[in-house]
Parts: sequence; C-alpha cells; structure tokens
Amino acid sequence: MQAFTCLTAVAAPIDLANIDTDRIIPARFLRKPKGAPGYASFLFRDVRFDADGSEKPEFVLNRMPYRGAKILVVAENFGCGSSREMAVWVLEAYGIRSVIAPSLGDIFHQNCYKNGLLPVILPANIVAAFRRQLRERPGATITVDLDSQTVTAPNGTPHRFDVDPFRKEMLLTGRDETGLTLGFESRIREFEERHAREMSWVVPAGR
Amino acid sequence: MFEKIWSRHGVAEGPGGHVLLYIDRHLLHEGSTSAFGRLAKSGRAVRRPDLTFATADHYVLTSPGSPAPDTEVRSMVESLGQHTGQQGIVYFGVGDARRGIVHIIGPEQGLTLPGITLVCGDSHTATHGAFGALAFGIGSTEVEHVMATQTLWQKKPKVLRITVEGRLPDGVNAKDVILAIIAKIGAGGGVGHAVEYAGSTIRAMSMDERMTVCNMSIEAGARAGMVAPDETTFAYLQGRPFAPRGDAWGKALAYWETLPSDADAKFDREVELSANEIEPTVTWGTSPQDALPITGRVPDPAAVGDDARRESMERALAYMGLRPGTPLSEVSVDRVFIGSVFVEAGFEWREAGCSMCVGMNGETAREGERVASTSNRNFEGRQGKGARTHLMSPAMAAAAAVTGRLTDVRRLVS
Ligand code: SF4
Repeated sequence: MQAFTCLTAVAAPIDLANIDTDRIIPARFLRKPKGAPGYASFLFRDVRFDADGSEKPEFVLNRMPYRGAKILVVAENFGCGSSREMAVWVLEAYGIRSVIAPSLGDIFHQNCYKNGLLPVILPANIVAAFRRQLRERPGATITVDLDSQTVTAPNGTPHRFDVDPFRKEMLLTGRDETGLTLGFESRIREFEERHAREMSWVVPAGR
Repeated sequence: MFEKIWSRHGVAEGPGGHVLLYIDRHLLHEGSTSAFGRLAKSGRAVRRPDLTFATADHYVLTSPGSPAPDTEVRSMVESLGQHTGQQGIVYFGVGDARRGIVHIIGPEQGLTLPGITLVCGDSHTATHGAFGALAFGIGSTEVEHVMATQTLWQKKPKVLRITVEGRLPDGVNAKDVILAIIAKIGAGGGVGHAVEYAGSTIRAMSMDERMTVCNMSIEAGARAGMVAPDETTFAYLQGRPFAPRGDAWGKALAYWETLPSDADAKFDREVELSANEIEPTVTWGTSPQDALPITGRVPDPAAVGDDARRESMERALAYMGLRPGTPLSEVSVDRVFIGSVFVEAGFEWREAGCSMCVGMNGETAREGERVASTSNRNFEGRQGKGARTHLMSPAMAAAAAVTGRLTDVRRLVS
C-alpha cells in the first residue's frame, strides 16, 4: 500500500448527497481486473461520459481546472451502498488520494484506509464552505497533512481533523495490515483454543 | 446482545480502541476470487478453511438453459472452484443443488448461527443478523485479511436500537417496515452504528421476514443489523445440515438463550415506530430513503429549503422520469423483478443468483425501463444503465405485475 503523508493538490467539489459506489463504478466494470487498461475511465462512468464515450462537459472532473484533481470534496454519505472495493481502486487509478466529507459510507471508509487514500471527516458546514470556495476559485488547492492532522482550506484557513491513531500509523508507513496481524499469531492461537473449549459448537458439524 | 457477542470475540487490543475481532464464519462468492490471487502472491494460505464457505451467485446467469456465461465470468467461477479446492474449502458450485445466494444458503445450510461473528465481501451481509449473529460486509482487502488471519481489526460501533411495536396491518409486511425505517432515519442515519431491531412486530416475524429487515440495514448506513434469537430462530435452525447436533445443539442453545439484551441494557441511540402507522411503501427516487406510502404523491423539490437536498431530488426525479404531484399509484411499470415463487402466475422461474439485484451478470433492464423490484437498491444504473427502479415488497411487486402500474396491494386483496 502506498503511504500517505502530506499532499497539496487541486480539489474538485461534488455537491450531491448519498453518492453510492454503483455510481462511482457501475457493476459492469467490476469484473475487470485492477489496473486493466483504461481502468481510470470507469470512474463515475455513467455521469462522466455519454453512451458513445464522449465526455459530458458539465461533469466536474471534465472541466478544465478540476481535471486531474487529486482531492475530492463531497457531501454526506459519499460511498454508501455496495462493499465493492473497486470504488476505491478506481479513484486511486484516477489519481485521487484524499476524500474530504461530512460522512462516508462505512465500508467505503474502511476500504480507503486499505489503499492509501486518506478520508478526512469534517463538520458539514466546513465541508460545504470548502465546496463553495472551490467553485468560486476553480483550480484552488487544498493541503492535507496527515502528520499534523490539519487540512488547509482553499482560502488558507487551517482546520484540524480527527484520525484514528491506528489508521494514521498504517497510512503514514504504508504498512501491510495482514503482516501486522500475523505478528499476533500466538494471541490468535490462544483465542482459538479457548474459543474451541467454550464454544465448541461454532465449528460446523456437517461437511 | 451486540456487546455480548463483541466482547466474546476480541483477540487483542490495538491502538486507538481497535480490537482484533475473531471471525467464526467467512462466506465467499465469485467476486471474492481476486483475494485468493493476492493471498497466494504473498505466500499465505487460508488459516481456517473449516470456517470458510463459498458459492457462486453474483456473476452466474440465472436464466435456465441460457448460453454459458462469457469467458471473464467463466474464469472467475472456475478460479473460485480451483482455489477452494486447493485450500479445502466447501464450495457450493454450479451444479450443486445447495448453490444459491450467499445470504440465503448461510441460513439454509445452518452455517449462520446466533452469537457468532460472520463476514462476507457483500454489503448485505447484515442479513445473517436476523439470527442474532454479528454479521457485516467487508471489502476485498479485508476478505484477504480474514483468509490469512481469521480476524479483522475493527473499531467498536455504537449501537442503535430500533423498536417496532404492534400488529402490521393487512397487506403490509417486512419490506414495508424496513423501507419506513430508512425513510425515517435516512440513508446515512445508521452510519457508525450496529442496529438491534426489537419490539413485538419484529418478534412476530418469521426468519425470512427478519432477514428482509436486516438485509437493508446498510441502506440506512449501518454495517450490521441484528434480531435477538428466540424460539422462531431455534426452530428454523434445528436439523439444518451444518447446524450443531446432539450435545453440541444443547450447549449452543444454552448459550443462545443468554444472548438477548438485558432489560436494562443501554443503547447509544433509540428509534421507535408503530406498526399500525406503516403502509405499503414504494420508492420514487434513487436512494432507498426516497420512500413513501403508495397512497402518496411524487414529492415536489421546490418545497424543500435545503439546496443540496433539493438538487438531489431534482436529479432523482429527472432520472426516474417522474413529475412532482403524480400519484404514485398512477406510475406504470415495464418490468417486475421478484425473488420468490410465482411460477404459477406466469413468472419465469430462474436459477438462484443475484441477477438484477446487482446487475453484475449482464441480466439488466433496458435504458428508461421502469422496474417494480423486490431488491434493495434503487441507485442510478443499479439494474442496468438508465433503468428506473422502484423498491417495494413482493406483494406490492405482484400487484404491480397484475395491473402494470404501482398499485396498492390492499385494493387487490380486499
Ligand atoms: S441478491 Fe443482492 S443482496 Fe443478496 S447477495 Fe446478491 S447482490 Fe447481495
């Protein structure tokens, strides 16, 4: 996983609430392997492109200063719905490294951490102000600094954000979580022995 | 109940209040195959194949006798067969009579049990919570993590109790209950919470009905939803192929009976609904929270003060091809997607699979087609690019099939 430390980049605002992962990547692209040719073009496919593959000029990522943005500033419950991790993979393929939101779908939120994408959760009025500033000054940048847990708004105001210490550490170092957990092998084994004694019925009978 | 299961499955504590949670059941489908590839690449094996079960449901075609799926899908299904074979995992593959939708076969086979932790790479895994299990959907990296370690790093969610009291009116059923709940708390209302469904309405429900309610927990933003196990649960499970037997059954039962929340249990949040206020419900928009009684009318965005909300509604109505003020019962439908036995009435009876619930296998509605659907998501493009989905109960979908438009099922039965 790629580490996340500090990023200053152009940010794109998306105002609609409850943008689901089906909209981020429609089901028909889920069978494509990660990194397949043109993978980034599946991002927001049906709202970004017409049926013939031409760009819809009104979609934010098709507009000049926002094209190639590395940060998205979104509305409530972005990434709700399906657990498909491809929604994060396709954002990553496009180059998005951080999503700033008042709230995120729970599974999407977790999936971000596993792929080096930093979710920044801030109060709804602050996020709305970010989006307004980005529309007023297209192409403005935002700085997200994970170490100091500050995000600098397009107008230069710094805001502190909360991040779980565990997730922060993993993102800063880009560590593989499975590798970390395997370090708990003896604890897992102990647990399994006790579990087998106390809840022996858990192991399925049939087969 | 949540607390009892959670505290019994903690292996170790990590920083920031994270707990290494032990997983008792891991269910796989053909969409999970890429995790096997990554696992193999890192030189790791599945730690507990005896707690892991697989089926093919997301991509397989459901039309009987239809041509074999395309090569991409075929290779996914074959690769699931190979990987599970190599790792010694029970696989309900194509041709196996036990094959079916992952959240149906768990209960059917007696793999889903009260008091266990269960995960699957599908957001509707909360369905298994109907049995009093802590069940939730996970992403692909988490699938790989569970394969390798049988655990997951989890932060403890808050607990939301939703109580529904009273007898449901005729023509109103479990799907209407959950749609009414989501309309009330919103598509993001349960984010960060596990839901416990309680009250006399829930207790009177069959296991199928409880599964319908729990299934859509994620549509309210909650990863897990659960119902306390009771006689209905135990009667359903006894004698199922993989359920505990003999002594083990007695031991399990003794434990399961301790699971329901204590009378003085505290919840982080509470929501209450009255069964007699719930009507047959349909969605008009592109989020499950856009739900109204069938007696209602398409709402008018102009009446909404909040800018973002108004814009979302306008977009949803444009996508759905609906005009404000139209009575919902005048909306005509082109197609009905129903996951139940209606073959006598002239419906197609298909093979088991997710099909138009998720639209991954290519079985989709055409652009602009209006679908009366018993599935769980009305997102833009969920049932095919440009397809318009109205969510409703099986009874309401059957009524729509009979009349060709959204119909109050109570008018057909009375
Ligand atoms: S039928 Fe729908 S909810 Fe059930 S497993 Fe398939 S996609 Fe998920």
